Amino acid sequence: MPQSADRILDHAPLFREPEYTELLARKRENFECPASTADIEAQSEYSKGWEYREKNLAREALVINPAKACQPLGAVFAAAGFEGTLSFVHGSQGCVAYYRSHLARHFKEPASAVSSSMTEDAAVFGGLNNMVDGLANAYSLYDPKMIAVSTTCMAEVIGDDLHAFIETSRQKGSVPQEFDVPFAHTPAFVGSHVDGYDNMVKGVVEHFWEGKERQPNDTINIIPGFDGFCVGNNRELKRILNLMGVKYTMVQDASDQYDTPSDGEFRMYYGGTKLEDVAAAVNAKATLSMQHYCTRKVLDYAADKGHMTASFRYPLGVSATDELLLKIAELTGAAIPEELTLERGRLVDALADSQAYLHGKRFAIFGDPDFVSGVTRFLMECGAEPVHCLATNGTKPWVEDMEALLASSPFGADGKVWQGKDLWHLRSLLFTEPVDFMIGSSYGKYLERDTNTPLIRLAFPIFDRHHHHRFPLWGYQGGLRLVTTILDKIFDKLDADSNEAGKTDISFDLTR
Amino acid sequence: MSLDYKNDGAFHEKVIEEVLAAYPEKFAKRRRKHLTVAKPVADASETAEDGGTVTECSVKSNIKSLPGVMTIRGCAYAGSKGVVWGPVKDMVHISHGPVGCGQYSWSQRRNYYTGTTGIDTFVTMQFTSDFQERDIVFGGDKKLVKIIDEIDTLFPLAKGVTVQSECPIGLIGDDIEAVAKKKAKEIGKTIVPVRCEGFRGVSQSLGHHIANDTIRDWVLDKKESDYEPTPYDVNIIGDYNIGGDAWASRHLLEQIGLRVIASWSGDTSLAEIERAPKAKLNLIHCYRSMNYICRHMEEKYGVAWMEYNFFGPSQIAASLRKIAKQFGPEIEEKAEQVILANQPLVDKIIAKYRPRLEGKTVMLYVGGLRPRHIVTAYEDLGMKIVGAGYEFAHNDDYQRTGHYVREGTLIYDDVTGYELDAFIQRVRPDLVGSGIKEKYPVQKLGVPFRQMHSWDYSGPYHAYDGFAIFARDMDLAINNPVWGLFDPPWKAKETPVLEAAE
Repeated sequence: MPQSADRILDHAPLFREPEYTELLARKRENFECPASTADIEAQSEYSKGWEYREKNLAREALVINPAKACQPLGAVFAAAGFEGTLSFVHGSQGCVAYYRSHLARHFKEPASAVSSSMTEDAAVFGGLNNMVDGLANAYSLYDPKMIAVSTTCMAEVIGDDLHAFIETSRQKGSVPQEFDVPFAHTPAFVGSHVDGYDNMVKGVVEHFWEGKERQPNDTINIIPGFDGFCVGNNRELKRILNLMGVKYTMVQDASDQYDTPSDGEFRMYYGGTKLEDVAAAVNAKATLSMQHYCTRKVLDYAADKGHMTASFRYPLGVSATDELLLKIAELTGAAIPEELTLERGRLVDALADSQAYLHGKRFAIFGDPDFVSGVTRFLMECGAEPVHCLATNGTKPWVEDMEALLASSPFGADGKVWQGKDLWHLRSLLFTEPVDFMIGSSYGKYLERDTNTPLIRLAFPIFDRHHHHRFPLWGYQGGLRLVTTILDKIFDKLDADSNEAGKTDISFDLTR
Repeated sequence: MSLDYKNDGAFHEKVIEEVLAAYPEKFAKRRRKHLTVAKPVADASETAEDGGTVTECSVKSNIKSLPGVMTIRGCAYAGSKGVVWGPVKDMVHISHGPVGCGQYSWSQRRNYYTGTTGIDTFVTMQFTSDFQERDIVFGGDKKLVKIIDEIDTLFPLAKGVTVQSECPIGLIGDDIEAVAKKKAKEIGKTIVPVRCEGFRGVSQSLGHHIANDTIRDWVLDKKESDYEPTPYDVNIIGDYNIGGDAWASRHLLEQIGLRVIASWSGDTSLAEIERAPKAKLNLIHCYRSMNYICRHMEEKYGVAWMEYNFFGPSQIAASLRKIAKQFGPEIEEKAEQVILANQPLVDKIIAKYRPRLEGKTVMLYVGGLRPRHIVTAYEDLGMKIVGAGYEFAHNDDYQRTGHYVREGTLIYDDVTGYELDAFIQRVRPDLVGSGIKEKYPVQKLGVPFRQMHSWDYSGPYHAYDGFAIFARDMDLAINNPVWGLFDPPWKAKETPVLEAAE
């Protein structure tokens, strides 16, 4: 009996005990009718080769292990960045359970949202009653300042008209006449969560800006985009803007919502852009996006309103941060303070100290289009070489962007851009054209297991490591965190490869 | 070793009234039917399985959630792909429709299995048809045909394919059954179309039922099997092997001399599903999600079924005896030996943890089984259940709940976020057991929490091996020093509202 009260074994050690390894072998042998060991080994080997890769890349219909989610997830995340805002997703209720779980697992935080719980009858007759009842309940129970409505694919397939439904609900008294109910259609079968983010932020600003006379002032708006590191990143960005003395409005900021303190109180709503600030943001001089592919529609809308616009692609590292600061300085006339110059110097110092370990290291990167772009640029800046750059939700314009980016540096010479591909494609790429490290989300752990490519977790979602998202990656300070995270993995790998006593430990160096 | 206690029913009644006051009137009326307090049963002749008090805790259940209330429930797809079919390890399960459903459920249910993932087993992978607008407009059947071909090319060792329908499939009129029939013939493998669109039914529950029916219609009796049965063959049904639960249970059943010929559906293979009707007895763990197929096997193949409970030593011993009784004195003798052999472990665990957990109160809100099944395991550790509720239970589950919970226990069906938060704040239990969506709001209140769907990344909790882990986990949740750090020393501690304590 392996179990004892003194030394309690949970699943990890327990199932390695002989009682269980034997039990599992017996089960397999006698009852599972498994494929033969020879067949499994042959197929395992075959799946690592070029022929399999070609078949794999030739897939036209099947998607395996994609690195993207659906639009409403982005909409729910977006809504969490506005003051007192409750997400209301119109359609089937299971979807909302999924968004909430997904966000909670990454942030280790509450993720509130309600559904209109449509079922078969709503599929036939439409979901108007669900909207009317749902808004009434949500308003009564959860006391929101605003309800942001988005849709699941069910409501989109049957063609429910959100605007008309919301107005009818208002007339029926579900919410007060003047209560804010912005909305966005977010069909899951178009684009991905980054588009859901775009649509919802646009829905919110449109709600406050439409029909308002713009009285230009000298503030700037900043839209951060869908970001699993929003907690650290947005706070760092605000710190920088405050140092520069710039007048700004973060339009959508979930940094406090997804980082509430433990002090005995559950804050269903916390932080976020104040509704009056969203309304006033129409008057801004300019709107900047930190993530171009998360904000294409809302930036177009801001431009229509007369804003100057500019977008970045998840700026990371020295030169991307330089560009961001210069743009802000240019738009606002603010000077870049000495303190930031000092921080810049410290990041450059760190990169110089560590350059020998970064130079020439080859990387695979996967994640959202802006993230992949930002990391690619940073790696080249360090003298590292991006090799496989993959975004399942990348678009053709993203490919052009990425190709131009790779062409801008000799370190990008081996870089290939994989648009619309998934992590099963990446598996083939890693076997056939191996790299030293991989940067992406927790989903990469299966690739790490199969291909032995060490995974550096820097992208949403991160389920199996804690608290990384609390620290910034943006700005010069964020750059320090970023390079340290990458270096830690590089050093851990160096040590792991040289730590067998008497065999490989010749290079088990104390100082590196 | 069941505890004898009553909960404060009058206080719980009052809390229910307070909660209902927050709803618009029409909806308060509807929610009222889902909330109650366990009452003593007049006819005391009916005794509970563990000899404790029988209570009456029936509420309205298995009906539509109200819109906008923040139900914790999922959908039929979650019930089929996420629960019943997903763990079947040597088949590829296609999340058929847009990308999200498959993405959010990918690797989240901890259905442990052995095998080489991507080669002969596929549980922790996400296969999706990733519907685009054109698939909605023109239909997805042609795409499905191509997907099945691509699976056959890339995963030749897969034993079959299931098609897990997401919402759009049923709305756009696709004929996945026709595709399944045609392609099954072509590639010579089992293909199961499942109509588990998320808008069907009111919760995960209909998805379980639909998935059970597809096992009946598309798997059983479809192939010849040369399997030779023995008189000691049983199936474990409705154990999804969360953190290895089914393995711990299997270990115990093997020790008493039984042969587990199929394990549905945790760590199961298609062959095990096909062979199951040859067993002598179906042992059903999760009644809610798999009673349907047990009833079918009873009717069609004469396989008897019985429920059992391997949570905590009291229930384990009772269940082992009940199971053994079906197989005669030899097995009964072995069961007694196994119970005896494990008694020192049980005694030591209880000696170690009971003093640390004695009298602690627990509120549970889980799926369709655990809020009753795990009650005695807590009581074995000296803990008391003060509230229990289910996401997707039916009337028969609430009847069974009465076999476990004490008079005065707060009962909540399809609880809403608002209600659960209010109940916890008023009752202030020492521990809450529920899911990931509930975990962080509860912990913010300073109330210890364990996820009771996923075992909070721990487990197994079944059988004797699992009980040790269960006891350890409840202790580490409640007795961690972090709960004492919530109040900054420079802030005067607010006097808590005293009504809750009695």
